[in-house]
Amino acid sequence: MSPLVAPEPITEDMNDGLEGMPVTHRINPGVEDVIADAARHNGADPTKDHTMVINMGPQHPSTHGVLRLVLEIDGESVVALAPDIGYLHTGIEKTCEAKFYQQVVPLTDRIDYLSPMSNNLCYCLGVEKLLGLEIPERAQYLRVLMNELTRIQSHLVWLGTHAMDIGALTVFLYCFREREDILRIFEGLAGQRMMTSYFRIGGVSLDPPLDFYKKVQDFLTRMPDRIQQYENLLTGNPIWMGRLKGIGHLSAADGIALGVSGPPLRASGVDWDLRRDMPYSGYDKFQFKVPISQDGDVWARYVVRMEEMHESVKIAQQALDGLPEGRIVADAPKIILPDREQMKTQMESLIHHFKIVTEGFAVPAGEVFQAIESPRGEMGYYVVSDGTAKPYRVHMRNPSYATLQALETMCKGRLLADVVSVIGSIDIVLGEIDR
Amino acid sequence: MYDPATSVQGLEAVAAAHPENPAVKAALAALQGIATDAKFDRGELTLTVPRESIIAAAQAAQSAGYNFLEDVTAVDWYPSEPRFQITYHILSYSFKARLRLVVRLDSTEASLDSITPVWPSANFYEREIFDLFGVHFGGHPNLRRIMMPEDWQGHPLRKDYPVEGYR
Repeated sequence: MSPLVAPEPITEDMNDGLEGMPVTHRINPGVEDVIADAARHNGADPTKDHTMVINMGPQHPSTHGVLRLVLEIDGESVVALAPDIGYLHTGIEKTCEAKFYQQVVPLTDRIDYLSPMSNNLCYCLGVEKLLGLEIPERAQYLRVLMNELTRIQSHLVWLGTHAMDIGALTVFLYCFREREDILRIFEGLAGQRMMTSYFRIGGVSLDPPLDFYKKVQDFLTRMPDRIQQYENLLTGNPIWMGRLKGIGHLSAADGIALGVSGPPLRASGVDWDLRRDMPYSGYDKFQFKVPISQDGDVWARYVVRMEEMHESVKIAQQALDGLPEGRIVADAPKIILPDREQMKTQMESLIHHFKIVTEGFAVPAGEVFQAIESPRGEMGYYVVSDGTAKPYRVHMRNPSYATLQALETMCKGRLLADVVSVIGSIDIVLGEIDR
Repeated sequence: MYDPATSVQGLEAVAAAHPENPAVKAALAALQGIATDAKFDRGELTLTVPRESIIAAAQAAQSAGYNFLEDVTAVDWYPSEPRFQITYHILSYSFKARLRLVVRLDSTEASLDSITPVWPSANFYEREIFDLFGVHFGGHPNLRRIMMPEDWQGHPLRKDYPVEGYR
């Protein structure tokens, strides 16, 4: 059977406006990738072999958003696979160029909607590096605390949806119960559940409310038992083990060559974590382990992320216990909005407020690349300034984007049903892939 | 606050300013004869590479210990020339440091070699630059649009492309 199953014969009138483009473009964009791949890898003429090309997505419950996969299958096993992305492309990088530096912060929330705080932090650290700002310790601790809660929250969504893909529906409800607690903490702190924009250039936007300490402490006390609960539901479950163990293997060398980072790379035995190895935002003051595994399969990624949640609870506890008193923003009145009370009573603060809101603040020319360890891997922001109040270019290096390239290596030669399992294990968010 | 005087420009000046920094030393030694300019600013090392030798530069950086290609992206300096700046960020696990390689391209010759033979992960990044900036990568295994639809006209991240798009 030909891999290109055209619904009807190709006629001349279908060519209108598409002269010079290969035929495959018109029928099914993305199929080209698969064919190019087959030709690249075995030299066989793909139209002569007995495989079939099918689409998975973009509207498919297991692709975690609008990911479309073009699969070439031989019976039930995957011969080639090509992701087709761009369905959520909103041009965030272009929009950033038209905003003031402080106006970009809410845009960064919307890139990876499961870990808004990580995006906020990475962008703010990048601009602070351009400006050369010193951030007070209280703000740094709050940032670390919120980041670790974000990591737990993001891993909970991963665990719930991953288990649901495999068929364990119960876990999803338990995961969302705990996620709700974290979102309530976010709401109390930032006024928003998901698109928090809590971190600002120079610090954080608000001091924690009165019941904040108790809420977070309650949550951190409860959480280790809850993680144990999920493990009780899954770890010994024979179906869960059968669907995860030995599936989607990725070697450390392949992982590095394909740009994989974060938990999937640590599950392949690479001991690298930016929080420990290139600390930012005061992570060097915290004690934690970096969980790794040597197996490199879906199961190893599960184990690594579950361990990471335990470690995140420990880091968050240290940040909460050690939270120092003091300012929550840097001392830079020309960059950071003044306190509301001061703004209404002091002429100078009012002028600063007016200037920042209407004109922004100029950032010295230059370029920085700031990377942090997001729940999904290495997230980097490349910010270029030309000395004006608007960024000349903002580029996001998103971990999911690179990890998606490794999907084919992980799925090739395996069963079609394992693709679902592997997609769940790499924990991609299409918002940050397409941007 | 940032002090522009802390920025160091030029190959010799960077080498002289950081004699004890193993990451800077390794990068400068590996790219000797390839890099045409160097800059050390805000704790980040930038090396400028001519467009013909980008593959050689990537290989040299890789064998010097810069093992992980983090990112490839572009900046459009329209209307000045050279217009496009292709930026590679390479991370080293052993030095715990990052290296930035920069290639500058004129708008009339917006093409260079793909580094997918050195790092396969460059595949998607280069496709993204091709799609959004219209820079061509020679030797890329599958150079097609990745974000925008196949039949899209123009390259949205170019500075002469309006933010609201063409209406």
